[in-house]
Amino acid sequence: MTFWEILGTVLLLALKSFVLLALLLVFIAYALLADRKIWAAVQLRRGPNVVGPWGLFQSFADLLKFVLKEPIIPAGANKALFLLAPLVFATLALAAWAVIPLAEGWAIADLNVGITYIFAISSLGVYGVLMGGWASNSKYAFLGALRSAAQMISYEVSLGFVIICVLLCAGSLNLSRIVMAQDTSLGILGWYWLWLFPMFVVFFISALAETNRPPFDLPEAESELVAGYMVEYSSTPYLLFMLGEYVAIMTMCALGTVLFLGGWLSPIPFAPFTWVPGLIWFALKASFLFFMIAMVKAMVPRYRYDQLMRLGWKVFLPLSLVSVVVVAFVLKLTGLAPGA
Amino acid sequence: MSAAAAFFYLFAGVTIASGFMVIASRNPVASVLFLILAFVNAAGLFVMMGAEFLAMILVVVYVGAVAVLFLFVVMMLDVDFAQLRQGFQQYLPIGALIGAVFLIELLLVVGSWTIDPGLVQTPLNPVPPAEAVTNTQALGRVLYTDYVFFFQLAGLILLVAMIGAIVLTLRDRPGVKRQNISVQNARTQGMAVETRKVPSRQGVEV
Repeated sequence: MTFWEILGTVLLLALKSFVLLALLLVFIAYALLADRKIWAAVQLRRGPNVVGPWGLFQSFADLLKFVLKEPIIPAGANKALFLLAPLVFATLALAAWAVIPLAEGWAIADLNVGITYIFAISSLGVYGVLMGGWASNSKYAFLGALRSAAQMISYEVSLGFVIICVLLCAGSLNLSRIVMAQDTSLGILGWYWLWLFPMFVVFFISALAETNRPPFDLPEAESELVAGYMVEYSSTPYLLFMLGEYVAIMTMCALGTVLFLGGWLSPIPFAPFTWVPGLIWFALKASFLFFMIAMVKAMVPRYRYDQLMRLGWKVFLPLSLVSVVVVAFVLKLTGLAPGA
Repeated sequence: MSAAAAFFYLFAGVTIASGFMVIASRNPVASVLFLILAFVNAAGLFVMMGAEFLAMILVVVYVGAVAVLFLFVVMMLDVDFAQLRQGFQQYLPIGALIGAVFLIELLLVVGSWTIDPGLVQTPLNPVPPAEAVTNTQALGRVLYTDYVFFFQLAGLILLVAMIGAIVLTLRDRPGVKRQNISVQNARTQGMAVETRKVPSRQGVEV
């Protein structure tokens, strides 16, 4: 490869990443607004409705507000780690999107080990939280960080087993191949949400816990810990934590779409539905999952910490472990295993 | 210099530098964070060699789980490194002597090391060829087909170690109030609430 070829590849990759980043951030700005609007609608409120028509520019106004505020660093804080933590958190959350196929062949890096990459990156997210909580040098922040770390590790285990069940059925770690394995003549009935329905439920609830969403938002339980690990943060560092959190939620929605809802595939496998671009199906499915997550936030009361741990270790872990064994046996005995 | 070589020197340099900082850093939390940086860069080196599955597993297991527990413990303990290093000067000569002995031994062993000329060909022509099977398949074949009994044996040893750790630390404290979710869910209104008719001016006995 000559120098110019390398430069061309790098520039093309940078351009693709930039387009994806811009699309994702705009999508998240409106997902955040939708989250607040849904929450408000459930509680018979109007929600944000002042900035722009129907409050459509609310997220951008918030962005401006955060950026223009003064960042405050506590006197006892470890300055370098205090500022590094939100950067690590937001960057890692965004990095996971490099392997997600938005449509056929539309992934920035179509890795052979795509799903392990996402799993690895999402398991790194806990460092942003731990560093932020420790560097703040505050009791509430530290307690929140410890809770968050314990919670994320606990639910990662069952999330891993759920992913293994899907991998057994699809026969590949490549996210595009997992979607293609769901491309049957049955359409929506051939996707894994139906065949692995209990696993879909476990995945959904684990995703809530993994991203610290209500009812598992104990790391930032405002009734006990003020705002958990974020309590000392203000201005742009706080914005980065918020952004990272919402990006992680969207990653989980996209992952659920790829693993269980057939990615970019059309739910009805014949024309004219197959003419709709894959990106639109993908966005619709991910939005549906996000709607469910938003509804859970509006409807379910917060768990107690021991209940959370019990659910993760005593219910989900045995359930998903047994499912791996059952799925493997069924695939082997029926001869449905891919590549068998 | 090709792009691959540049990345190799970047990853290798950062790995060694952060490995040095792990022992040189004054703050134990910073040490653990440098250790994590070393792990991540080692994963980068694995990717450079085409072992992408190993790289991801390294990140998931060591960075995502093991190092988090380190960080957990180190953050909660109040380790005073100045106190730990008090006897440093006093023990320096004997430490240097032991270090020198180990270094000489290592040099002797590594210096007399030759690679079997027949083996040199093997990594160049791995069986099966690298283009035909992915990393994951090749590893899975070795672990679960060729050496399944050794793999299961290793798992069994880990299981025994885990049970041992649980047995050693488990203690049954009497008199602790425990919640049983199934008992709580089985409660009905009839079990919890009793309706009594209270006669006027007489009250009821509870």
